[in-house]
Amino acid sequence: MRISQKFEELKDKNEKALIAYVCAGDPDPETTPSIVNALVEAGADIIELGLPFSDPVADGPTIQAATCRAIEAGMNTERYFEMIKDLEVNVPLICMTYYNLIYRQGSKNFVKKCAEAGISGLIIPDLPLHEADELIEICKEEGIDNIFLVAPNTSDQRLDAISSKSSGFIYVVSKLGVTGEGKNISSNVAGLLDKINSNLPKAVGFGISNRKHVEEMVAAGADAVIVGSTFVNIIASKDNVISRLKEITKDLKEGCR
Amino acid sequence: MNHYYGDYGGQYVPEILMPALQELEEAYEQYKADPEFTSQLDDYLENYAGRSTPLYYAKNMSDKYGIKIYLKREDLVHGGAHKLNNTLGQALLAKFMGKKRLIAETGAGQHGTATAMVGAKLGFETMVYMGSKDVKRQLPNVYRMKLMGTEVVSVDTGSKTMKDAINEALRDWVTNVGDTHYLIGSVVGPYPFPKIVRDFQSVIGREVKEQVMKVEGRYPDSIVACAGGGSNAMGIFYPFLDDKVNLFAVEAGGEKLREDDKIAYHSASLATGEEGILHGARTKVLQNKDGQILESTSIAAGLDYAGVGPELARLSETGRVKPCYITDMEALEAFHELSRLEGIIPALESSHAIAYVMKMADSGILGDTVVINLSGRGDKDLQTIMDMEE
Repeated sequence: MRISQKFEELKDKNEKALIAYVCAGDPDPETTPSIVNALVEAGADIIELGLPFSDPVADGPTIQAATCRAIEAGMNTERYFEMIKDLEVNVPLICMTYYNLIYRQGSKNFVKKCAEAGISGLIIPDLPLHEADELIEICKEEGIDNIFLVAPNTSDQRLDAISSKSSGFIYVVSKLGVTGEGKNISSNVAGLLDKINSNLPKAVGFGISNRKHVEEMVAAGADAVIVGSTFVNIIASKDNVISRLKEITKDLKEGCR
Repeated sequence: MNHYYGDYGGQYVPEILMPALQELEEAYEQYKADPEFTSQLDDYLENYAGRSTPLYYAKNMSDKYGIKIYLKREDLVHGGAHKLNNTLGQALLAKFMGKKRLIAETGAGQHGTATAMVGAKLGFETMVYMGSKDVKRQLPNVYRMKLMGTEVVSVDTGSKTMKDAINEALRDWVTNVGDTHYLIGSVVGPYPFPKIVRDFQSVIGREVKEQVMKVEGRYPDSIVACAGGGSNAMGIFYPFLDDKVNLFAVEAGGEKLREDDKIAYHSASLATGEEGILHGARTKVLQNKDGQILESTSIAAGLDYAGVGPELARLSETGRVKPCYITDMEALEAFHELSRLEGIIPALESSHAIAYVMKMADSGILGDTVVINLSGRGDKDLQTIMDMEE
């Protein structure tokens, strides 16, 4: 499913989107599909599935550990695409990974495989806009969205450039730092959301870990929230994983209504 | 501004770091020609670091190996390695930029030590990230950093060496980017770091030019330097790029370039790596077929890195610099050989360059006059060597 289609559906229902991140292959490649199913059943609107990279510089300890577990358990690029092809969920799927894994396959080849597997968008935290010309062209040809990140310290000039080149949605990083559960979300996010001059939906991520955060972000003007480490911590606990994932997903989704 | 060296280089970093890279580039271009900045830096280089360093004619070694061998004595720089040339330059730049805090990664601990020195001297809060494996094998340097008021953070993720220390320093930088300067220790990372570090290290090559002219009346036939990230190599090579001088970058061949799907038992990125993206730059990288970065290995912690500076990758591709490698065992032999012949104990890193000259002296490819960059002294390695030889 296209990302834009999902946002239109939600708009008609007057709901915001819950975007759920998990790392493919964590705790092992066999378990990931059931985790994705649980998240979707419980109300996640879009799934962001991490393709694990050995050196994830934009991620905090929680997702770093998930990445290690996944690689150790045998997750790799080939299995990733196979797994996605076999998923039976009717929501947009986004691939989150670092640029070397794409570069290594050849951008054209990688994006083609994404399209074949049913992936709708790409998030690459270490590929800033000015290094992405080639990839943007390739993604356009294959109908894959390029989701770029903006941060609290991004200049107005770059905000405009990023807004005009992004597709799918704009990933608004809530804080200076890396991914990970946070206590509080900065009150400055509203100002940042306001400054972004774009028709695309704006999704806030980094540090969003409970319903209160979700409600704050929705009130601040977010069209979507991205939650990752909260799910990954539940997966890491190995304690009643599926039912706890469902429970928190339902609660977070309530915050989007 | 072009951020590339051929196809290598660029800025592959999270968006959060873009303002910092732009600010750094602008500040560097502004201050590098500013008389106030350059006169302060020259003063520190002379009176704090102890420059210029001698170009020493190693007569005993020359007699034994049949070619004229000069050693550029960077081991005599304050702190025991060339690293201070760069940390002085960058810390002073950070001072002019109004930054309050320095962070750095370190492998052997030499760059961390050189950062601790300038942190103490110029009044920064300083934090150094070091892989836990390196902390164990370089304990004296860890203690030196602490003595100078630097906080040393042991990094326990991934391969627990410099690669992971850089990851952790980058994570710190995205979190504290406003008041913090990331004092990167080699010619690696996103632009403008490869350029800034090269420029600050080029003092080595500029001095060699003058010194060798004085004693030989000509440039050497060859210059030989070890290369991990490549800062001492770029520093001594750069001023000679347009001259008729052969340049050899000696990488850590470890256990003869063996590797598997997760680990490279060597660190020879120029010789065996393939194009990829690591730590903000497109360069030659040790990686598996999927693009996962391999753990690198070397007896010399300062060469133990899965990537290499993008400019060095470019120069190696065009053939201007010849990449080559030396195994752990050959480096160890050279360590002993120089100690016995000249009474100079070289760092295990620099021992790779010495070993290459010993090995190739007869072959003719080095010509008859060679300068080796003796980038550091070996005191820090004594424990490693004693343990190995037990």
